Amino acid sequence: MVVVQVIVGGLLVGAIYALFSAGLTLIWGMMNFINFAHGEFVMLGMYVALLVVTWLGGGPAVFSVAAACALFVLGVGIYLSLVREVIRGPMLAQILSTFGLALLLRYTAFFVFSANFVTLPQTSLTGTIELGGIFLPTAQLVAGAVAIVLTISLHVLLTHTAVGSKLLAVAEDPAAAMLMGIRPDRMQALAWGLSAAAAGIAGALLATAYPWSPSVGETFGLIAFVVVALGGFGSVLGSLYAGLIVGLIQEVSAFWLGAIYKDIVVYGLFVALLWLRPQGLLGKA
Amino acid sequence: MAVKQLPSSRAVIALLAAALLLYPLILSDPFYRDVGVTFLLAAIAASAWNIVGGYAGQVSVGHSMFFGVGAYAPLLLYTRWGWPPIAGIPAGMVLAVGLALLIGAPTFRLTGHYFSMATIAVAELIRIFFGTWDTVGAAIGLQGPATARGWWDLTFRSELPYYYIFLAALAILLLTTAAIERRRFGFYLRAIKASERAARSLGVPVRQTKMQALALSAAFTSVAGSLYVVKTGFIAPDSGFGILISVQMVIVAALGGAGTLFGPLVGALTLVPLQTVTDNWFGGGGSGLTYILYGGIIVLIARFEPGGLFEMWHRLAPRLRKRAHA
Repeated sequence: MVVVQVIVGGLLVGAIYALFSAGLTLIWGMMNFINFAHGEFVMLGMYVALLVVTWLGGGPAVFSVAAACALFVLGVGIYLSLVREVIRGPMLAQILSTFGLALLLRYTAFFVFSANFVTLPQTSLTGTIELGGIFLPTAQLVAGAVAIVLTISLHVLLTHTAVGSKLLAVAEDPAAAMLMGIRPDRMQALAWGLSAAAAGIAGALLATAYPWSPSVGETFGLIAFVVVALGGFGSVLGSLYAGLIVGLIQEVSAFWLGAIYKDIVVYGLFVALLWLRPQGLLGKA
Repeated sequence: MAVKQLPSSRAVIALLAAALLLYPLILSDPFYRDVGVTFLLAAIAASAWNIVGGYAGQVSVGHSMFFGVGAYAPLLLYTRWGWPPIAGIPAGMVLAVGLALLIGAPTFRLTGHYFSMATIAVAELIRIFFGTWDTVGAAIGLQGPATARGWWDLTFRSELPYYYIFLAALAILLLTTAAIERRRFGFYLRAIKASERAARSLGVPVRQTKMQALALSAAFTSVAGSLYVVKTGFIAPDSGFGILISVQMVIVAALGGAGTLFGPLVGALTLVPLQTVTDNWFGGGGSGLTYILYGGIIVLIARFEPGGLFEMWHRLAPRLRKRAHA
């Protein structure tokens, strides 16, 4: 029974990994650009949830939507003010831009919120549920389920709607898309908004179930790299599978080897992947 | 790309060398000497990064892995077999080159962003691994000789000997880089940075050149780590492999001008005093604010001045001169 509990726990946290990694892979697919501040977006989503709960009150639905909206605006703003310009510049500037942003956001959060771990106050999701003999925190279960639904929604948005077609058209060839009457600039701004919103809402979901501090951004950023590398660059569906796999591997190795080894195993997997299949496990060469 | 050496630049270099040689003698206060030593270390590490990150345009954000290897090697040899720490410097270099070859082989197959991602992940992996490995002191780290058994332990109370040792290392590194700039290898590196595909079509052995640049860069970065530890006599996973170690190398080089000989020097000359001032102003909690400042500077360079201060100077200097004559 303990093993089942570990596996389910791993899949549930993996679903949230999938959601924020889908945001990272969307940007990569759109413009061959890695956002090194993506983990910090997740971290900001967590603090937005905390601020909304303490200042305005409201349940998980309210602060999750608030986190998504706040990060959407941030994502669009960062695209318009920073990324749109540096994408035309040298590689070093591209990498430095979001890397500097990550440092700025991380240490500003340290400054504002201190390095202490925090948790959300009690929400309607506090407590545990019994499912066929295993006990799961309600928050984890709901957060995981919502994350899966949202990741699939993002995939559907991309593949089955008019906006999704426009996004994919710009990803394929911005110049050709422009000839078809699509404005690449707007679509890329939208992609940044969606990407950051996915990270923000994933952060809010994580906040319902786990304690955190400003340094989690670094960990989640690296996990997103691993998930994206595993699932294939640019594939939302790939990051869903890969997120679940990474969550599972993490929990299982924490259970069998001890908690300090869970990140070693995940990063080790990433390095092994680099050696064997640099295009991603599910990606095409 | 290569900026033509003006006759006046030789005089500037001679002046700079004299200033660096005389600095600790003129400003003999231990505080200023300590700042000088910190400056030299930052310049060495950033110049080492510059070989692969600047000239070849392969932006590693995981160079702390080489720094850490260089820092751990001397203290490991000391705690295990009582070797003087200085004997660990070549051992660190060998290990760093080995690591570079191991990392470079898979990561150089893909584009620039991917390389950066991979280097971060590998450095983090090594940092966490060292934090659990008892032989290297796990989370506590390793300690060097507390009292010198002889001059060869290089534990001096004064900052002065360290200053000149570091300065010598910097001089060797800059002379090596200057030699690379003029040779075919240097032209290969810049061709790869400009366009890998074009370089390959012109017959540049791209993979081999990138590997050589990474290995050379790793060896010098490891020396920076060794020198750091010879001076401080202490190393832990975070001070050896922490991501901020890598970040500092990148920002110092990029601020001055990545891919230029004196860019890292200019960067260190700007950033180290700035960091000293913010640390003094904000006391113990200053490091957090220092990194906010770092982040802000990085974003601003990337957005407005991707060539760094050096390139800005080259652009602005003729205009200023014209205005002065008018």
